Amino acid sequence: MEEVDVAYGRTVVCHGVSLEVPADGVAAVMGHNGAGKTTLLRAAVGLLPVKRGRILLDGEDVTGLPPNQRVKRGLAYVPQGQQSFGQMTTAENLQVVADGRRRGAALIDEALDLFPALKELSGRRAGLLSGGQRQQLAIARALITEPRLLILDEPTEGIQPSVVAEIERTILELTRRGGLSVLLVEQHVGFALDAAGRYYVLASGRVSAEGSGGATAAVDVRSAMAI
Amino acid sequence: MDILVTQVFNGLSVGSILLLAALGLALTFGQMGVINMAHGEFMMAGAYTAYVCQQVLGDAGLSLLVSLPVSFVVGGLLGVLLEVTLLRRMYHRPLDTLLVTWGVSLILQQLARDLFGTAGVDVPAPGWLSGPVEILGFSFPRSRLFILVLAIVAVVAVTLLLKLTPLGRRIRATVQNRQLAESAGISTRRTDMLTFFLGSGLAGVAGVALTLMGSISSNLGTSYIVDAFLVVIIGGIGQIKGAVIAAFVLGVAQSWIEYSTSASIAKVIVFALVVAFLQFRPQGIFQVRTRSLV
Repeated sequence: MEEVDVAYGRTVVCHGVSLEVPADGVAAVMGHNGAGKTTLLRAAVGLLPVKRGRILLDGEDVTGLPPNQRVKRGLAYVPQGQQSFGQMTTAENLQVVADGRRRGAALIDEALDLFPALKELSGRRAGLLSGGQRQQLAIARALITEPRLLILDEPTEGIQPSVVAEIERTILELTRRGGLSVLLVEQHVGFALDAAGRYYVLASGRVSAEGSGGATAAVDVRSAMAI
Repeated sequence: MDILVTQVFNGLSVGSILLLAALGLALTFGQMGVINMAHGEFMMAGAYTAYVCQQVLGDAGLSLLVSLPVSFVVGGLLGVLLEVTLLRRMYHRPLDTLLVTWGVSLILQQLARDLFGTAGVDVPAPGWLSGPVEILGFSFPRSRLFILVLAIVAVVAVTLLLKLTPLGRRIRATVQNRQLAESAGISTRRTDMLTFFLGSGLAGVAGVALTLMGSISSNLGTSYIVDAFLVVIIGGIGQIKGAVIAAFVLGVAQSWIEYSTSASIAKVIVFALVVAFLQFRPQGIFQVRTRSLV
C-alpha cells in the first residue's frame, strides 16, 4: 500500500498509510479499536474505495479493481467476525468458492486437511457452527482461492482458546510452506509478532510505529500502543 | 363430491398460474429484493412471443413447444436489459426502483399496443391440449392440467438449480452476504444479471401459459402483478417453498369463495384474509434473511 487515504464519505479514517507485506512472509497490523485497521484491510480488498494512494499486488496496481477481480489475482480475505454464508452448508460454503476452478475438488480436500474438524460438519449449515468452526471455515474458504496474499482480520477474536491455538498453528504452518504472504490484523500481540516478519502499529488512522517482528519487538509495540 | 373435486382442481389451476407468475418474482424480488413492477410486462412479452411463434410456424403444437424456450430467452433478455441499464444503479433505493420499473411497464405496454394493436389476440391451443381428460370419473381441461404440470416442472427446475448448480450456489451466497461473496471471488454483478435473466425468463414462460387461458393483450401483466407479489410476500421473502404453498392456498381460497359469491367479492375477501394474515405473521409463512430486506 502506498500513501493510502480511506474515507467514509467526507470523514477520512486512514491517512497516508504505507505498508508492505514481505514476499512469502507475514506483516502484522496492530492498534487499538477504532485505529482504522479493519478499514485499511477493507480498502486493500476493494470493499471500500481508496481516496488517494495505490494498492499494489506483486507490482500490479489493483486499486481500481472490484474485490472479485483482486481475488482472481491472488488476494484472499478473511473478514472479522467469523463470517460465512449461514444458510448454506459447510460443504456448500467451500464448493461455492471452488466452482469453476480446475483443481476445485483437490483444493477443497487440501483445505479440509488443514482443518479436519470441518470434514464431519460438511452437511451442517454454517450458521449453526460455533465461532471457532466458522473461522476455520472462513480460512479454508479463502485458501481454496489459491491466494498469494492472505488478509486476515483478527482471526482469533472471540474464539475459545483451544481453537485459537489451532488457528494460530495453521497460520504459522501456512507461512512456513512458502508461496503465501499474510497480512494479519491481530490484537494478540504475542502471536502477531511470533508470526510476523514486519509489524505496523496504527493509531488514529496513521502508522505510528513500524519495524521488524519477533519477540524483541513486543516492547516497542506495546509502548507504541500505549501512546 | 363433484363440486369439491371441481373446486379444488380449479383452485390448484388458479394456484399454478399464480405460481408461474410468482416464481420469477421469487428470484428477483424474493432473492434480490428488487421490486420490479415490469415483471407482469415480461409475462406479456412471453405471451406475445408465443403469438409470434404461432404466426411464424403455423402449427399450434410445435409453436407452443418452441415458444416455451424462446419466451424464456425473450423475457430473460428484457430482464437483463432492465437490470444492466437501470436497476444496477438503484439496488439500495427501493422506491426509485418501484417508480422506474412502473414507468418501464407502461412503456412496454405502449410498445405492445403499437406492435400488436389494442384488441386482444388469440393463440389457439394445439389439438392435444383441447378438450377434457377423464381421471377417476372426473373431467379436467387438458390445458389447465398442462399449466399445472408446467408450474411443477418450473418449481422443481428452479429448486434444483438453486440447490445443485454453481450458479445457484453463487445466487444464494450473494443473497446471504453480498460483500463476503464478492471478497470470496464471486462476481456479484454477473450473478445479479444472471438472476434477473432467470427470474424474467420465468415470467416469459408464465406468459406462454397464459395464452392457454384466453386472449392476450397489452394489459395482461397488470392483471397478475399484484397477485404475484402477494404470493411471494405471503410465502416468505426468498422462499420458493413458501411461494408454492401460498400460490395454491390463495388459488383454492379464491376458487371456493368465488363459487359461493362472485369473482370481485372473492378478490376482496382474499385480500382481507391476506391483510389479516400479515398482521399476525408479517414475515410470511417462512422466513429467511435477504440482501435488502433483512
